[in-house]
Amino acid sequence: MSERILLRGAQVFEPGDGLSDRPLDVLMADGVVAEVGVGLTGDNAHVIDAAGCIAAPGFVDLHTHLREPGFEQKGTIATETLAALRGGFTTVCAMPNTEPAPDSAPVVESLLERIARDARVRVLPIGCVTRGRAGKSLAELSELAAAGCVAFSDDGNPVADARLMRHALELTGALGLPLSEHSDDPVLNAGGSMNEGRVSERLGLPGQPGAAEIAAIARNIALCEATGGRLHIAHISTARGVELIAEAKSRGLPVTCEVTPSHLLLTEDAVAGDGAEPLYDTNARVNPPLRTEADRRALLRGLEAGVIDAIATDHAPHAIEDKECEFDDAAPGISVLDTALGTLLLLVERGELQLETVLRRLTAGPAQAFNLDARMPGVGTLRRGVAGDVVLFDGAARWTVEVARMHSKGKNTPLLGRELVGDVAAVILGGSLVFERGQVHA
Amino acid sequence: MLDAAEVTPAELPTQGWHEKDLLDTDTMTRDDIMLVMQSAEAMAEVRSRPQRKVATLRGRTIVTLFYEQSTRTRASFEVAGKSLGADVVNITASGSSVGKGESLIDTVRTLEAIGADALILRHHRSGAPYLAARHTSASVINGGDGTHAHPTQALLDLFTMRRHLGDVTGRKVVIVGDVLHSRVARSNLWTLVALGAHVVLCGPATLVPRTLAGGHFEQGSCEVTTDFDAAIAGADVVMALRMQKERQEHGLIPSLREYINGYQVTSQRLQRAAPGALVMHPGPMNEGIEIAPEVAHGLRSVVEEQVANGVAVRMAILYLLIAGRHG
Repeated sequence: MSERILLRGAQVFEPGDGLSDRPLDVLMADGVVAEVGVGLTGDNAHVIDAAGCIAAPGFVDLHTHLREPGFEQKGTIATETLAALRGGFTTVCAMPNTEPAPDSAPVVESLLERIARDARVRVLPIGCVTRGRAGKSLAELSELAAAGCVAFSDDGNPVADARLMRHALELTGALGLPLSEHSDDPVLNAGGSMNEGRVSERLGLPGQPGAAEIAAIARNIALCEATGGRLHIAHISTARGVELIAEAKSRGLPVTCEVTPSHLLLTEDAVAGDGAEPLYDTNARVNPPLRTEADRRALLRGLEAGVIDAIATDHAPHAIEDKECEFDDAAPGISVLDTALGTLLLLVERGELQLETVLRRLTAGPAQAFNLDARMPGVGTLRRGVAGDVVLFDGAARWTVEVARMHSKGKNTPLLGRELVGDVAAVILGGSLVFERGQVHA
Repeated sequence: MLDAAEVTPAELPTQGWHEKDLLDTDTMTRDDIMLVMQSAEAMAEVRSRPQRKVATLRGRTIVTLFYEQSTRTRASFEVAGKSLGADVVNITASGSSVGKGESLIDTVRTLEAIGADALILRHHRSGAPYLAARHTSASVINGGDGTHAHPTQALLDLFTMRRHLGDVTGRKVVIVGDVLHSRVARSNLWTLVALGAHVVLCGPATLVPRTLAGGHFEQGSCEVTTDFDAAIAGADVVMALRMQKERQEHGLIPSLREYINGYQVTSQRLQRAAPGALVMHPGPMNEGIEIAPEVAHGLRSVVEEQVANGVAVRMAILYLLIAGRHG
């Protein structure tokens, strides 16, 4: 790869150094970051005027639903990785709720072939914990690891059987790979479609109590401690859950966790909307549900404090018919890749998050949580000579979320019509310019 | 031919109704509620005539679209529509394209294309009428949605209370039973509180809401209790809710027997209510469970009046939404 690219005059974020206090130049050559400094010369380089922009390692998403194979009406590897690219994500971990689910090495191999053919960014498959994600018997975990899975999860199906979860953590721990668990008690939550509380009582909707997540996190931490397996709590949503993880980390347990931009910005009130008349907004139906303002504030604090390692999108594109229906019949999930950065920078603008925190939890945070450096040295950093993934964004640009501006096949977002902050200007993947404002390079 | 004086209700209010739909009582102002009450009085007068029918909505089409079984609400709306001279078409989910998988939105659009001026929707999903209302220019009336709202029931309950008690300001209304899953209780709460009543929501701890009483009500007030014997003291109205047997199957109550001991409206308990207290029930009743048979059919029971008043109140609502709408 002989492409030379010079980003001239960007504020640079390198997780090891933090955000630079002055504009720097970043020179990409031979597929990696060749030099970061002042007054670099770009001989034979494609020069991008990056004045006023921030350059950061390409974002890493630990929780993406690409929908392919099996649910191509909702999204495909091609469409959703384009959304990732345009959202500044250069690495996404693909959740296994596909049909077939990647619960055996041949399915993973077939998935990797599709990824090699269609993906616009790096896609790392997450393998199933149990066969068919059915929670009855373990998948062949070591073969999944050998086939290329970077983590294990049954995605939206919590491993409800504690004995099975224990053995899964023992085996994945021996493999040195994380188990990403949707921590939830499916019996306690049965039938629920939104957070149980003030709004659910008002709207007459069946509730999902926060206790269902809290109890499951407590159980999973106990099993993590008993086994030494690497436990990753997916999309944490409760204040008490954050406390449990802080306590587990303080005791040195191998626990990590992630939070979604949706849960950082929105609360259960999004289901009812702002008007006097309730909206029953199916685009605000998500699992775990949007919680209370107190929970949201605890998530923001947990992210700042480092209790929460990563911001993950839980990007879940759906077809129109999955959402244009009665609330309890609507599929849970929000399409996030297009709006993640804009949501997070809006929170920065409001003073609810630090810019450096956001960038760290989109880059080195997730890379470390899943130990991705072992597979892709330098991922999530701008270390010289290793990483070649860079996102350049204008942190002040304002834009309004519209269907036409979304690259994901899923237009299901409760943010339609809202103004967000920050726009991706260019993306470099493996040292190659794959997107520059206004055009996507093949 | 009837002459003009005979084909319209007397003394209909002249002030306007502004909403396209009636989805719940929670956004209704006191004035909105009183407009329905006054209109219902005029409709009750029509219903008392020998010829109980007027032509106010002649040429208009009303569709009842019911995804759940119903006797009184569907029949009440049908009689109300026909009493105003409208054509009424009844559609049930089991006998329509709904059973073939047609979506609610497509069904509603189809009915609008056929020429429906108003749709009365009964649906097992909370919020379904809101979805329907957003996708049609026809008026949508919520005939009961899931465990959310049943605004016409609340308005007919209020009408019935006012006929006996006059102004409900300061009156104590006890709603007892499975409040948490009751669309009737919720919609009644909003109307009663808006008119200054004191509402007590009462039932086993698993079946009462935890947060509804915490809202800041401007005029009336609301409290929640699990102690029915204390709650009924001095009550002006005791409204029993239908107790669904599946609540026991799902472990929300240990047994119906225990429920009956704690929460059945009995003549003995009623002795502690205010003199002349009304006993109400939205129906259908499980006699012997939430209400003792002698109370259900006793002197204080206004259960059948509720049904009769339902026709007048629904006539008023149909009139206001279809013909009385301004601006």
